[in-house]
Amino acid sequence: MRALLAVSTLTLLLAACGTQTLAPEQKPSDVVDGSSNRVGNEGIPVTPPPQPGETFDPESEAALSDSRSLLSKRNIYFDYDSYAIKPEFQPILEAHAKFLSKNKARKIMIQGNADERGSREYNLALGQKRAEAVKKTLGLMGVREEQLESVSLGEEKPVCSDATEDCWAKNRRGEILYSGREF
Amino acid sequence: MKLKRIFFACACGMLMGMTPARAQLTVEITGAGANRLPVAIADFSGERIVAQALASVIRADLERSGLFRLVDAGSPLAENATPPFNDLKDRGADAVVGGTISGSADNRYETRIRLSDVPKQSVLGNPAYVHTGAQLRATAHRIADFIHEKLTGEPGIFSTRIAYVVKTGSRFELQIADADGGNAQAALASREPIISPTWSPDGSKLAYVSFEAKKPVVYVHDLASGRRHVAANFKGSNSAPAWSPEGKRLAVVLTKDGISQIYVVNADGSGVARVATSSSIDTEPRWSPDGQFIYFTSDRGGSPQIYRIGISGGNAERITFEGSYNVTPRPSPDGKSLAFVARNGGRFQLALMDLASKQTQILTDSTKDESPSFAPNGRMILYATEIGGRGVLAAVSSDGRVKQKLSILASDIREPAWGPSVK
Repeated sequence: MRALLAVSTLTLLLAACGTQTLAPEQKPSDVVDGSSNRVGNEGIPVTPPPQPGETFDPESEAALSDSRSLLSKRNIYFDYDSYAIKPEFQPILEAHAKFLSKNKARKIMIQGNADERGSREYNLALGQKRAEAVKKTLGLMGVREEQLESVSLGEEKPVCSDATEDCWAKNRRGEILYSGREF
Repeated sequence: MKLKRIFFACACGMLMGMTPARAQLTVEITGAGANRLPVAIADFSGERIVAQALASVIRADLERSGLFRLVDAGSPLAENATPPFNDLKDRGADAVVGGTISGSADNRYETRIRLSDVPKQSVLGNPAYVHTGAQLRATAHRIADFIHEKLTGEPGIFSTRIAYVVKTGSRFELQIADADGGNAQAALASREPIISPTWSPDGSKLAYVSFEAKKPVVYVHDLASGRRHVAANFKGSNSAPAWSPEGKRLAVVLTKDGISQIYVVNADGSGVARVATSSSIDTEPRWSPDGQFIYFTSDRGGSPQIYRIGISGGNAERITFEGSYNVTPRPSPDGKSLAFVARNGGRFQLALMDLASKQTQILTDSTKDESPSFAPNGRMILYATEIGGRGVLAAVSSDGRVKQKLSILASDIREPAWGPSVK
């Protein structure tokens, strides 16, 4: 009953928010089996998996979910107490900047995240600074301001919950979310 | 327009009314004051079960405060009976409470109590309370408040409520309970995080941050009706609400102009105005009780430290200097001291600063303290910490002596906020 309710809530959320691409940690943890997923993703077109050897247009809609494209990479990781974009993430941001410049109707939300140490509200501000760094970089690469929103989830949405440096490093990230198809 | 639709839809899947919480909050006393006042709460006369329930809540309240030592009264004592002063003196009691509960047909009771000074053999107070059976606990808290105020000269806080967030699995609940952990109710349930709840000065509303829209948005929630409205939902993140002392405005942190900065909005969400402008993080605002200043956390000096700024602007004044991480400022109700969280060699601990002398005392020996919140009489500070990898609430007296722990089995509990005294 509870699972059912949760699933219908999710459907409602998806329908209302028109969200196409949810980051993995945004999915409620009880939606794991195939059937729930089918219900949860109701109404969202599924991109067929790429055939081996098939060519793809790196700036096309399909490239967003094509694992061969940099556009399928959505996470930018940061050092402790740092908001600097490391050089290894420049190509990923360039790919997104190119896509967004070509598809000016598309919008993204950049979610900044922090590790769990310290104050929740201060960590929210730290996550914001990281999201803002990603947004600024994309802006410098030519993406229009109206296409970008930077927000923070602070320490509230960890992808890893152990108290180890490995884990904290995974949580110090900026994540790119594409808005729904109508954009 | 589209955003409005999203919020309506998101709210449908959420629990908005007040429902009893599933798990009981338990309070454990882990430290007591040095000079506790010996007081005897005798069994009251009247309907046995009701009288016992009443006296046991009064005793637990007084004991929990760490200010009183309970002395066995030896025998029951009616409100109008003369206490056995010589016997009570031998037992070491400085004060004694007797009482009488008389029931009437329509589930209404009248409880009369008499508080007496044992050495002086004089009456200190003789109040009466009319209540229903359902108001038994509330009446006991009021009696404990009366005893506290008469014997210490300070108002008690037993009738106050606390708010906090419980995380069980992937479910978040904003709960409200009596200060002793009893009578817990869920005001809001969500599958997305809820943080930073804070009480309006009249105790009727909570402002908080919810992530249900995939980003932090500030809501104001009316507790009696269960209705809420968006108080701040600008582009970017909206967080850290703090009520102005008169309860009409909220200080909030917005990122609509870039990084986290402090603004003031009316509680209905109208009239946004920026308070301070910096090129660094400014967050965690809290009004001084006189409404003249806003205390906040900023990394403008290279590390997070506490500052304050006049509400009408001007230069920010730095308050903390020791250490490289001082966050979450909470001025005491009398405005004379400041509770905050300090990092000492990797340990995050609750600290208290006397604002006149700037002298700072670390109040805890834990390692992950967060979110301090003063009791309305300023005597205790409630905060979140971690024991065995699980979030618990703890309370410590401002002199560091009295300590309590509040926990819920198998759940993480965090983000406490002590509600105001409401007469």
